[in-house]
Amino acid sequence: MSRFYRIVEAINELDKRWVFLVVGLAVVTATIFRLTFPEVPTEMVEAIYEKVENLPAGSRVVLPFDYDPGSEPELQPMADAFVRHCAEKGHKMYFIALWPLGQSMVAGVIDNVLREEYPDLVYGEDYVDLGFKAGNEGVIAVILTDLKKLYTTDSRGNAIDRIPMMQGISSIRGFDLILSVSAGYPGLKEWVQYGGTPGNIPVAGGCTAVQAPLLYPYYPDQLLGLMGGIKAAAEYEYLVMEGYPKFKERPTRYLTALIRMGPQTVAHLSIVFFIVLGNVTFQILRRRRRRMN
Amino acid sequence: MKRTIPLLITGIVGAVLVIAYFIPHPPFDSLREDFSIFFDIIAAVAFILGGGNLIKMHGNRVSRREEGWGYSLVTVVGFLVVLAIGLTKVGNPDGFRGSSVTAAGSLFDYAYQFVFRPCAATMFALLAFYVASASFRAFRAKNLEATILLLVAFTILIGRTFVGAWMTSWLPDSLHFLTIPYLAEKIMVVLNYAGNRAIMIGIALGIVSTSLKVIIGIDRSYLGSD
Repeated sequence: MSRFYRIVEAINELDKRWVFLVVGLAVVTATIFRLTFPEVPTEMVEAIYEKVENLPAGSRVVLPFDYDPGSEPELQPMADAFVRHCAEKGHKMYFIALWPLGQSMVAGVIDNVLREEYPDLVYGEDYVDLGFKAGNEGVIAVILTDLKKLYTTDSRGNAIDRIPMMQGISSIRGFDLILSVSAGYPGLKEWVQYGGTPGNIPVAGGCTAVQAPLLYPYYPDQLLGLMGGIKAAAEYEYLVMEGYPKFKERPTRYLTALIRMGPQTVAHLSIVFFIVLGNVTFQILRRRRRRMN
Repeated sequence: MKRTIPLLITGIVGAVLVIAYFIPHPPFDSLREDFSIFFDIIAAVAFILGGGNLIKMHGNRVSRREEGWGYSLVTVVGFLVVLAIGLTKVGNPDGFRGSSVTAAGSLFDYAYQFVFRPCAATMFALLAFYVASASFRAFRAKNLEATILLLVAFTILIGRTFVGAWMTSWLPDSLHFLTIPYLAEKIMVVLNYAGNRAIMIGIALGIVSTSLKVIIGIDRSYLGSD
């Protein structure tokens, strides 16, 4: 066997640790040098932005955070962007979680976004954390008809009846928007099936890139917009930044998705490189085998 | 009796919930609501069962010194420690009767922020490496079907990045339909949309037939073998 074919065979049988090393180096380099690339907002992301933007101030928005730390790097930027946009518009935010760890995600957004950036907003008047309830889609079905049957207190133990923004609210029917961030079951799909469609409430939201293909069939009738993964979050951040120029002042804080898109782009390119490399070596060796036969 | 009563409960609850969907008026609407609340209560109780089961399974592995018993020991100890600090609200700024169990400053919050969160994020981050390695080995154009799959994956991967737009930015507006981001979007919105809807309809029909079998009592597998 010639030296050329020996090299090709070696590449074809490349040890996976070399693949890990190349991907690791690519991602670390992109992270250190903060590589960023421009993003062009897509129609699905623009639809969500326009909906939040065009709702009158004081509109009631349900924000279900159904994800956990495993998907936090991918979903946190869009959760932050949603909350920032709602806060800028003066919407009433009702946080809720169907995942046990979703409550911690809500607490994180309240601490890092609302308390730090919007200290004037008052808990109970401008936003409320209803906390986690077990029961998956069963919870959605109940709060669509009678919220207080299930939620007697918020996550902090305050009686629901004593929370100003809960006055006169018996269910989520009549709310202006459900803006979900989810990483699986229960999540955005269940909010569409058990909340939005039967309650005639507009639903939009974001999910992991892996989950997005399963949700496309609901767009645009049952889902007015869909954000899949960090790329869509970067597009939403771009739109928020264009709409509210003050966010341009601290890009490292407000453009986290755009910054995270750099390593992701490089990781995608590394994967594409390995796919091409694998196919080139495979075809060369296949032709050689055919010739020999 | 041991089997008849559960069968009756399942049949009645299932039938009422189906009727309530089509006739959302009294008494069916309130019954549906009550059954949903029962479900939520049972789901909450399931956490206790789940915890008990976890201790039983991993406790047995530890006591029998089965392969990998060390991991089971870490699981049991981790579970018990987090449960204890959560129930007793150790370090909670407002004390035992204070605010949420996840209050900032509590030991529970500390365990979450500095142990669970980094571990979970690390596990998720490892995916990129395994995806790269698996793609290198699996995405080979061995036949026509594999070649189509490869081209689609290639278009989506590139189309989800700035590079996709950059590679085909030289195309004139009249050939916009050939740009990679446009192709990636169409694959997701048209091809994926159609395929997924077909799968969803198939699954829905399967669920309907399985549910009917459970409600009528033909399928009794959920009752166990006793």
